[in-house]
Amino acid sequence: MVAAVDIDGRAAQLGINWSEINLDSIQLPPGDDFGIASDDEAVYHEDQSEFDTGFGNIIVVDHLPVVTREKYEKLEGVVKKIYNQLGVIRENGLWMPVDPDTKKTLGYCLIEFNTAQEAQNAKEKTHGYKLDKSHIFDVNKFDDFDRLMNVKEEWEPPQARPYVPAVCLRKSCCMFVSLLRCFFFQENYQKWLTDEKARDQLVIRHGADTEVYWNDPRQKMPVPVHKRPYWTESYVQWSPLGTYLVTLHKQGAAVWGGADTFTRLMRYQHSMVKLVDFSPGEKYLVTYHSQEPSNPRDASKVEIKVFDVRTGRMMRDFKGSADEFSIGGPGGVAGASWPVFRWAGGNDDKYFAKLSKNTISVYETETFSLIDKKSIKVDNVVDICWSPTDSILSLFVPEQGGGNQPAKAALIQIPSKVELRQKNLFSVSDCKMYWQSSGEYLAVKVDRYTKTKKSTYSGFELFRIKERDIPIEVLELDNKNDKIIAFAWEPKGHRFAVIHGDQPRPDVSFYTMKTAQNTGRVSKLATLKAKQANALFWSPTGKYIILAGLKGFNGQLEFFNVDELETMATAEHFMATEILWDPTGRYVATAVTSVHEMDNGFTIWSFNGNLLYRTLKDHFFQLAWRPRPPSFLTAEKEEEIAKNLKKYSKKYEAEDQDVSLLLSEQDREKRKALKEEWEKWVMQWKSLHEEEKLARQNLRDGEVSDVEEDEYEAKEVEFEDVIDVTEEIVQESM
Amino acid sequence: MPLRVCSFSFSRPSSPSSTVISIDSDTKMRPILMKGHERPLTFLRYNRDGDLLFSCAKDHTPTLWYADNGERLGTYRGHNGAVWCCDVSRDSSRLITGSADQTAKLWDVQSGQELFTFKFGSPTRSVDFAVGDHLAVITTDPFMERTSAIHVKRIAEDPQDQVADSVLVLQSPEGRKRINRAVWGPLNQTIVSGGEDAVIRIWDSETGKLLKESDGEVGHKKPITSLCKAADDSHFITGSLDKTAKLWDMRTLTLIKTYSTVVPVNAVTMSPLLNHVVLGGGQDASAVTTTDHRAGKFEAKFYDKILQEEIGGVKGHFGPINALAFNPDGRSFSSGGEDGYVRLHHLDSDYFNIKI
Repeated sequence: MVAAVDIDGRAAQLGINWSEINLDSIQLPPGDDFGIASDDEAVYHEDQSEFDTGFGNIIVVDHLPVVTREKYEKLEGVVKKIYNQLGVIRENGLWMPVDPDTKKTLGYCLIEFNTAQEAQNAKEKTHGYKLDKSHIFDVNKFDDFDRLMNVKEEWEPPQARPYVPAVCLRKSCCMFVSLLRCFFFQENYQKWLTDEKARDQLVIRHGADTEVYWNDPRQKMPVPVHKRPYWTESYVQWSPLGTYLVTLHKQGAAVWGGADTFTRLMRYQHSMVKLVDFSPGEKYLVTYHSQEPSNPRDASKVEIKVFDVRTGRMMRDFKGSADEFSIGGPGGVAGASWPVFRWAGGNDDKYFAKLSKNTISVYETETFSLIDKKSIKVDNVVDICWSPTDSILSLFVPEQGGGNQPAKAALIQIPSKVELRQKNLFSVSDCKMYWQSSGEYLAVKVDRYTKTKKSTYSGFELFRIKERDIPIEVLELDNKNDKIIAFAWEPKGHRFAVIHGDQPRPDVSFYTMKTAQNTGRVSKLATLKAKQANALFWSPTGKYIILAGLKGFNGQLEFFNVDELETMATAEHFMATEILWDPTGRYVATAVTSVHEMDNGFTIWSFNGNLLYRTLKDHFFQLAWRPRPPSFLTAEKEEEIAKNLKKYSKKYEAEDQDVSLLLSEQDREKRKALKEEWEKWVMQWKSLHEEEKLARQNLRDGEVSDVEEDEYEAKEVEFEDVIDVTEEIVQESM
Repeated sequence: MPLRVCSFSFSRPSSPSSTVISIDSDTKMRPILMKGHERPLTFLRYNRDGDLLFSCAKDHTPTLWYADNGERLGTYRGHNGAVWCCDVSRDSSRLITGSADQTAKLWDVQSGQELFTFKFGSPTRSVDFAVGDHLAVITTDPFMERTSAIHVKRIAEDPQDQVADSVLVLQSPEGRKRINRAVWGPLNQTIVSGGEDAVIRIWDSETGKLLKESDGEVGHKKPITSLCKAADDSHFITGSLDKTAKLWDMRTLTLIKTYSTVVPVNAVTMSPLLNHVVLGGGQDASAVTTTDHRAGKFEAKFYDKILQEEIGGVKGHFGPINALAFNPDGRSFSSGGEDGYVRLHHLDSDYFNIKI
């Protein structure tokens, strides 16, 4: 606010009354900035951004022999022969300049290939090629040439950019333009959380457009916040606490945010970025790029960069072949499983780990180097998983030596690297780890071979992390031959749900880690028989779950209350591909994305399965709710609110009613207007029809034939009637 | 001709809007299933009295049915290609048909006799009699080096005097794009055409001058597949692959209403009795998933003409709907599908009591 005070002072000196000046009306002469450089970040970057010069397919081959005119063609033949093997040289694509005085070549040539890929390949293959002892090729891309020529002989330390704090402190910026910018600096990135109607935002991508909406269930429609065509070149992603929206571009990634609209806050240069990932506390952004190798036998090259989100500084980059980044996990893009770096739980963003062959590399963000400068050696480790809240790493090692060495699941404390607990497992075929969201439990689903080794059966090892010595419990299903189709922990809760059994009608079971009588043992709550479900979606607040039948089941939805063990509603969103709870657990979005050709769009449901509204969009690619940071309320306070919900909800119910009254009023008005407009048309048509009666009669050879219009007449009589008004108290209202 | 009856319901749209009042899905309203064509249906047309229904299909024989009970009266044999369109004169004596065999034929409705053949160098797509039945407008497709065209023919009282010459030939500025439908405007003063270029044009039927073109901003974005005019020639509705149908004023070409649906629209019609419009369509036959009949959305959808809101749907076809026609009395309608069936629906009292 220093700047604002400054301005006031200056204005008083000059005898200007601030309140009378309309800032928008002031126009600066074009091109004149009054000596004040714009501090718009975008302007700076625009100048620096690299442009494709369009010469990417040209290489420069240096250190060729200098030859006379007679030998020119021979040399040309030799060069052509070398490079024709590596790619298609364009017609007249080889140019070897000749010194006009001596008629000798200058010892270099330019070669134009059909594609940049071929040029790259040729550069890689022939750089350092020995034509003979004294002629070793020096090959560069034409695009790089300018850059290489401009390298200064002496190294200059980079100039430090002055730190720009959130409040503009620069005294010089007391001009109008900059003043406005000052206000921008104080922008509240969390403003969306203070929405009066407590709505949530969601982003969708369809066609070329990316749009952010408020989910407004009262009005039964999404309310637009921001829309931009070609906002991103592949996809968008919210940061884990919802502060930023990241977009991907050819040049790199960018994050967007702000109080009222979305402005670009920072850019991260990483050309052809494919994937991004945030640290859980959104301090760091990891970007990933992989390049297809020029030779298909080589592994593709991977480059990963870690940026500081706020300053845009690159903290560390990792380069290597895809093999080094692709151990374990389901394959992501081009071999690597994403995210390559897994962040430790909690919001302090202290550690991240990478799994590679026989090693787990854990880095810490203070120095961006390995903890103790050493990776953890674990032979044959295939999977690692962080606790969502603590810096505890769980890992799984499969059987080795044909069963002589048992498989192992273990927990490692970071940064001490102490093994907290481990369990050996026998005749294991596969293993999957599921952490409960508050890090209290870890479930390890273990698929074991039967004695004949012909089939497998599944069971669970349940770790109670927060209890002393971390007790482990083994859980087998009632019918232990059942195949497990899905597993999910209740967020923040003590229960979990399992879909097990045979398709097409598997069973769904609920278990709890805690019962009133029995705190230390897992017990079954219920089994629902023969459900059309293959996926589980717990509400982020727990208690409610959607048993969903996606894919083969065409989008069956069952909204289930686990506290009461009853079905609240069943519904269908035909062909639904995605189910997404909003961060508060009040609403659910189901979507059909463009994997299907038809019915693209999304539907919003209330938590108990009421259909609120549908939105159809062709070529629908993505929907993502804007996450919310964790609540500041204590657990006790939350409980208190849940108990006295009636007291708190009164205000909102009144609001709801007002809105719905207003809406129906608007609706009536709209209908009335439409009807009136239509009446006008009909009147006009009738009179014209009457006027033309004679002419028509003539066309029909005098036949009087306009009877048909009077034969039938529809009369509309409207009346409204209140049949019954009942009031009932709904238990589950939030 | 065996008549088959199939179970049917007038289903409520799955719209969340509570203002939709349910139409009882009892079994009172059974459609009559008319199986007389071996290939997909292309066009349906009632005569003025509403007692006869003409159907055209990709097989070569237009067929005549009783509009009340769906009994087949007869066929018109003579075409040698898919029949795209037909029209019947006001006194139900003459039938004109347009076919892919590059001809349009005049028929005696009662005897099924072929009266005259107009020969063109390219397939004929649509035909329409003018008020008074002395003129007919015929559109031809672009074919080989020929461009699409609209021909106006004089129809003689006595077939003996019929001549093949066109009174007027109109060339579309988008000659390589097909014109899917052309109809007469009020008092035969204009011709209204719509086709693959998504533009609706109004021509002067005397001079052949292009009078109006629909605005690209508000107009259709994809090919116009069908066009249906009101009984009094005051307005007309167009259906398009852009998944909308639009209602236009026939004299000024003002866009009045837009009806949006989820599937490409192949056929449209309007109720002459109530303020309802009906949209038919479905995914292109090649894009239909084979897993589930629901995926195709082969429904005839009813919309409120004024409020532009969906009020109901009639399911039953197992292929896209290619043709729709309302009986002039407004009490029944029929639909023709890619599946080769004509479904004749007599609307029941529930339908007439819909309130939204």
